[in-house]
Amino acid sequence: MKRFTELIAQLESSNKTNDKLAALVAYFNEAEDQDKPYVIAMFTGKRPKRPVGTALLKEWAIEKSGIAAWLFTESYHHVGDLSETIALILPPPKQVSDLQLNEWIKALSALNGQDDASKKHFITNSWDSLEIPERFVFNKLISGNFRIGISGKMLVNALARQSNIPANQIMHSIMGNWNPEEITYKELLAGAHVNTDNSWPYPFCLAYALDQEPASLGAIQDWQAEWKWDGIRGQIVKRGGELFIWSRGEELVTDQFPELHFLREILPDGTVLDGEILAIKAGKILPFSLLQQRLNRKTIAKSQLENVPVGFYCYDLLEYHGKDQREATLNNRRKNLVQLIAGIPEQEMLLLSPVITAKTWAELGALRADSRAMNSEGLMLKKLDSLYHSGRKRGDWWKWKINPYTVDAVMIYAQKGSGRRAGFFTDYTFAVRDGDQLITIAKAYSGLTDAEIKEVDAFVKKNAIEKFGPVRTVKPILVFEIAFEGIAESKRHKAGLALRFPRISRWRKDKKAEEINTLTDLRQLLNSTL
Amino acid sequence: MALIKFTSKGIYCPKGDFYIDPWKPVHLAVTTHGHADHVKTGNQAYLCHELTKPILLQRLGLDLKIQTLAYGEQLQINGVNVSLFPAGHVIGSAQVRLAYKGEIYVVSGDYKVVYDGISTAFEPVKCHTFVSESTFGLPIYNWLPQQQVFDQISNWLSENWLQKKTSILTAYSLGKAQRLIKGLSGTGRKLYVHSAIANLNEAFIKAGVDLPETIRISPEISKSELQEGIVIVPPAVAEGRWIKSLMHPVTGVCSGWMQVRAARRWRGSDAGFALSDHADWPGLLSAIQATEAEKVYVTHGYTAIFAKYLNEIGIAAEEVKTQYGIEDEEVIH
Repeated sequence: MKRFTELIAQLESSNKTNDKLAALVAYFNEAEDQDKPYVIAMFTGKRPKRPVGTALLKEWAIEKSGIAAWLFTESYHHVGDLSETIALILPPPKQVSDLQLNEWIKALSALNGQDDASKKHFITNSWDSLEIPERFVFNKLISGNFRIGISGKMLVNALARQSNIPANQIMHSIMGNWNPEEITYKELLAGAHVNTDNSWPYPFCLAYALDQEPASLGAIQDWQAEWKWDGIRGQIVKRGGELFIWSRGEELVTDQFPELHFLREILPDGTVLDGEILAIKAGKILPFSLLQQRLNRKTIAKSQLENVPVGFYCYDLLEYHGKDQREATLNNRRKNLVQLIAGIPEQEMLLLSPVITAKTWAELGALRADSRAMNSEGLMLKKLDSLYHSGRKRGDWWKWKINPYTVDAVMIYAQKGSGRRAGFFTDYTFAVRDGDQLITIAKAYSGLTDAEIKEVDAFVKKNAIEKFGPVRTVKPILVFEIAFEGIAESKRHKAGLALRFPRISRWRKDKKAEEINTLTDLRQLLNSTL
Repeated sequence: MALIKFTSKGIYCPKGDFYIDPWKPVHLAVTTHGHADHVKTGNQAYLCHELTKPILLQRLGLDLKIQTLAYGEQLQINGVNVSLFPAGHVIGSAQVRLAYKGEIYVVSGDYKVVYDGISTAFEPVKCHTFVSESTFGLPIYNWLPQQQVFDQISNWLSENWLQKKTSILTAYSLGKAQRLIKGLSGTGRKLYVHSAIANLNEAFIKAGVDLPETIRISPEISKSELQEGIVIVPPAVAEGRWIKSLMHPVTGVCSGWMQVRAARRWRGSDAGFALSDHADWPGLLSAIQATEAEKVYVTHGYTAIFAKYLNEIGIAAEEVKTQYGIEDEEVIH
């Protein structure tokens, strides 16, 4: 438990990928073998059933620390994390336990099904036998939720470095079906429970954002233009009778999209497709916000399958008849892709991403202006003679995105953040003008630099008018440009409309609150998109 | 008539006609300690503990009119009996005791109740009215014994030396720096200090304070020498270019705020050590209880929360807005 707690502290104390990677590698070199599968399970979101809810934990912590509930709540607002608040507020431990991490996890999972009195007995005794940092980790074990900025990919890289096993193979192994109670670290990494040979994806070819006039790219006839879809870039791999779906983050997401499982029967073996995972209903691409509801779910409700069905728009063909196609030109790959899709039975879920034809860049530019109407983010420009590169290479592929919408709004509420930014006012609510009133239109918490956040934080502390728990009403002075991707009617919001993906694009220090946009401006925008 | 009033210039004693830690210039400033949020320049005269005098001369200039008192020594000002008692916060820090016709007030400035090895240990003073800070007035702040924190720092330093990293500790020039110097003198490594710290150290040594040997950082000292030693700088210097030019620099922040993970991460430092010169929650409560005060005024910190709590446990308390604690704000931000 001590070694794992140390790992958590190391992971939290650096933002540098290399430091985190080194800390993970060192941990997997030094930790107890029995602990390792549990740690991998935890960091990949394999959560055991939660034995105790937060309300009870809070109640027991308040009772044990002997302080009033309001004081606990104030402390929590300051700390920004319940597990940590409990760890800090309890009296010091009476004796210190040397149970291993895996033993703690097993003991916690054995609580399921017991009555509250036994649970309380175990939890409060455990608190009494752990130092503050271990107590914090113990509380996190209960929720099973460590938010410490470890991506699946970083974990995989660390395991690969520690074990000298290729990263793709490990990714497949740990995404598979396994149980930390039944598998050893060695077996897990070796992929004893899965067949890793068939799943290999190829590294994605990525594009740079176009930072010049498209005309400077040369003759439009040398280029292929496609819509840039707002979904999740993915690869579909069909080999040896097995189907795998990889996301751009190089995570296996096959289980999340049962609608695509029929491709196992339809696609020939030795096929790898590059494309976009999209929510598609009756031939129309749905906005990303709907697709989002389908992501990272352990179980998918029937209604979700009906309301937000997921399909795949193919961009490229990376493997055909078992042969790597990446050295072929886009022109040739596309021909084969068209042929492949034409050869499978017609259906609505695996489709060719259409090529857009235009005679001039100006004509293409005009088509691009309509991107939003089809829930696209703009255009992709790919050179017809380009090979399929690994990663980003300048010159062959460009994304030509449309600009986000923006509105100038004034900050009227601020709330303290949690996690890394606890203690600082980082979450802001913005308003536009409606006659002589201000009306809220968005809440946003990203887009400022740390230095700017400090400046806004100081402003909030000086200009707070009222206090509602962690929220402060502030004088409407600071003007921000809010960028957003879409606008929709909304009965739930007082303004009658809601912005999609609002975020702070910049702080308009040059503007005064009198100069912000009005609700009428936004209504006009809404009407123009309907 | 109350013995003190909270005015726009600071804490005022109408009977004695003087101020305690005023933030605007006055004719007589009784000064609890030498931190910038408690003593401003421009006062006509100062009254402070004898070890605070070298700090004021060093920080505010040499042409000051300063009268000093030893701890426990008494002085009558317009009939008000004024004396100073150790606050345990930094070298020379004092609680100001005011007595007039049997009525006793204590203004404590900043304080901590555990002995830090270098500042004269805090001494509780019985009074009717107590003015207390509340910098760490939340029950999540419970300091570990100082030795345990120094053990953490020593482990961190050893690991850094092993990996050929340069260890930079950030600490206020006044207080935390001397505490670190004292606490780390046993490591056997050289202690390199920023000139702001070195200047104060020299002033202290001249005034008779026993401080371990330190070396003022200068361009002549090679980077490998610094790597093998311990570098101590004020927080403002820690983000500068000079630090980045050192061999694999890693910074450790020494501050009570480091008790909370979010603060540690927010600082972007490599390590955080919860070492504070302020009282923690149990420290504040024990100090207040020891005064047996009937009334407590709560100044800078978690004033509202702490005052509410005191009232709940039967100690009449009121929050007071002051301009103290601004420096502490800088520590977190």
